Amino acid sequence: MSTVTADRPARTGMSPRKRAQRMRMIQYVVLAAVLLVILFVADWPQIQKVFFRPDMIEATLKQGLPNALKNTIVYTIGAFVFGLVNGTILALMRLSSVAPYRWLSTIYIEFFRGLPAIVVLIAFGLLPLAFPGMLIPFDPYGTVWLALGLVASAYMAETIRAGIQAVPKGQIEAARSLGMPAGTATRKIVLPQAFRIVTPPLTNELILLVKDSSLAYILGLSGAAFELTKYGRDLANTNANLTPLVIAGFCYLLITLPLSIIVRRMEARQKKER
Amino acid sequence: MSASQLANREVVVDVVDLKKSFGDNEVLKGISGQIHRGEVICVIGPSGSGKSTLLRCLNLLEQPTGGNVFVEGVEVTDPDCDIDKVRADMGMVFQQFNLFPHLTVLENCTIGQMVVRKRSKSDAEAKARENLLRVGLADKEGAYPGQLSGGQQQRVAIARALSMDPELMLFDEPTSALDPELVGDVLSVMRKLASEGMTMFVVTHEMAFARDVADRVIFMDGGYIVEEGAPDQVIGNPQHQRTKTFLDRVLNPTKVGQIGAEDEAHAARHQSVPDADGDGDSRP
Ligand SMILES: Nc1ncnc2c1ncn2[C@@H]1O[C@H](COP(=O)(O)OP(=O)(O)O)[C@@H](O)[C@H]1O
Ligand SMILES: [Mg+2]
Repeated sequence: MSTVTADRPARTGMSPRKRAQRMRMIQYVVLAAVLLVILFVADWPQIQKVFFRPDMIEATLKQGLPNALKNTIVYTIGAFVFGLVNGTILALMRLSSVAPYRWLSTIYIEFFRGLPAIVVLIAFGLLPLAFPGMLIPFDPYGTVWLALGLVASAYMAETIRAGIQAVPKGQIEAARSLGMPAGTATRKIVLPQAFRIVTPPLTNELILLVKDSSLAYILGLSGAAFELTKYGRDLANTNANLTPLVIAGFCYLLITLPLSIIVRRMEARQKKER
Repeated sequence: MSASQLANREVVVDVVDLKKSFGDNEVLKGISGQIHRGEVICVIGPSGSGKSTLLRCLNLLEQPTGGNVFVEGVEVTDPDCDIDKVRADMGMVFQQFNLFPHLTVLENCTIGQMVVRKRSKSDAEAKARENLLRVGLADKEGAYPGQLSGGQQQRVAIARALSMDPELMLFDEPTSALDPELVGDVLSVMRKLASEGMTMFVVTHEMAFARDVADRVIFMDGGYIVEEGAPDQVIGNPQHQRTKTFLDRVLNPTKVGQIGAEDEAHAARHQSVPDADGDGDSRP
């Protein structure tokens, strides 16, 4: 068998390390070629005019951008807080010893995880029309909070349930053996630890909600209630220019990128602690 | 203290024909006995013999399937018993410490006092500091459990239990999860407690501790109390073959010619439901 091994380099004429080196070389060459083509083929002045027109940038920033940014944040936070409270209740129901609670929460979770958020949002937008006299408080904010929060809570419930179950059984035993009733042990001992475990995935949920808040446009918002997407899109439409949308997109990244970095930090720290 | 002295003492825990099964696996097959005030009882026996289960049945962390348990005259096996109130009077120390990792050492020792005993924060902290001093960790009150060694964590766990002013302390192999060099500090704390007159029920493999400190030693095997009595009697001069075999293994762990003997003994005891992870311990 040793002859085969000895033969191999002779056949290919290259050691494995050399071959890997050459593969890397080829990949760099391809990358450089593509970049060069883009650089020369693209119409840079036109691109700048469409995506980054200076006077459009100024107009976008000056008109309603701060208000739109604020609205995006308000829609998001409201939906997140409502989703968190509802999700915690659902998670506790999911773990309840009372079977009907478990069924109800399972049905809820499966129902809202299976629906597109936009459908729920449309439905809640129509409710006051369908039920004359019905009023959703803080409309349109309340409508967005309710609709997006209900959907988000289905996802959060599963995350929180997993977090609760990740708390070692010994913790509740220690709490109970001090004489704490079950509810107190859950509130004081289990939930604080569960929430520490689920902070990274819940922050991811917050990032998703930041982006989903853009669905609020479907409610036919008035100017004061515009969030980033609606605001950028309207300006872009009237001016047949993408600059406002680019700026809106940039604003989303301004919120989501730091959150992503925080999540990654927390995950790294938790991995180390374990 | 002598047996006659003990007999006159007040009964803290009374166990009557206690039985416990997990499914088809009958782990406790009828245990009876009493714990008197001020008494230190050490429970020894091979792994899987039901020691932890017995201890956990006393404060109802496991629900007994038969028999009665009375604590301070209150029947805890009565479904109408307010078990939280009884548990507050029984300190429990676990093999795995089970400190609350999200709370500081001081908070670990105050939370039960405040939530269960309804003490004010300042009262609770004073009591906690007093007990941290007792276990030699007064300087660690601001630390989190994760920053402490295993031995320190276990001493905090003892301080946490003591801060509730318990009538009785239960210990489930408190030194088994510790590195050998950390065992001594925990045992010293327990010795001190015993000398101060604390009522203690201790599951342990520390034979020297049992011999020196215990008023009574109970040897369990296969869900029964096989032998009990003064330490000199049970450890020094065991009467039953099973006790002799067990002590021989524990006291001469490196004696040749016995590899696998304990496995066989364990398998024989648990033919119906073999222990899943093989360590005979109830917790995962
Ligand atoms: N929660 C449980 N579910 C099923 N079996 C258990 C449980 N707890 C303990 N057991 C079984 O009971 C037996 C005795 O366990 P345990 O009381 O922990 O023994 P010891 O503490 O003496 O080692 C073992 O066979 C174990 O597998
Ligand atoms: Mg055990």
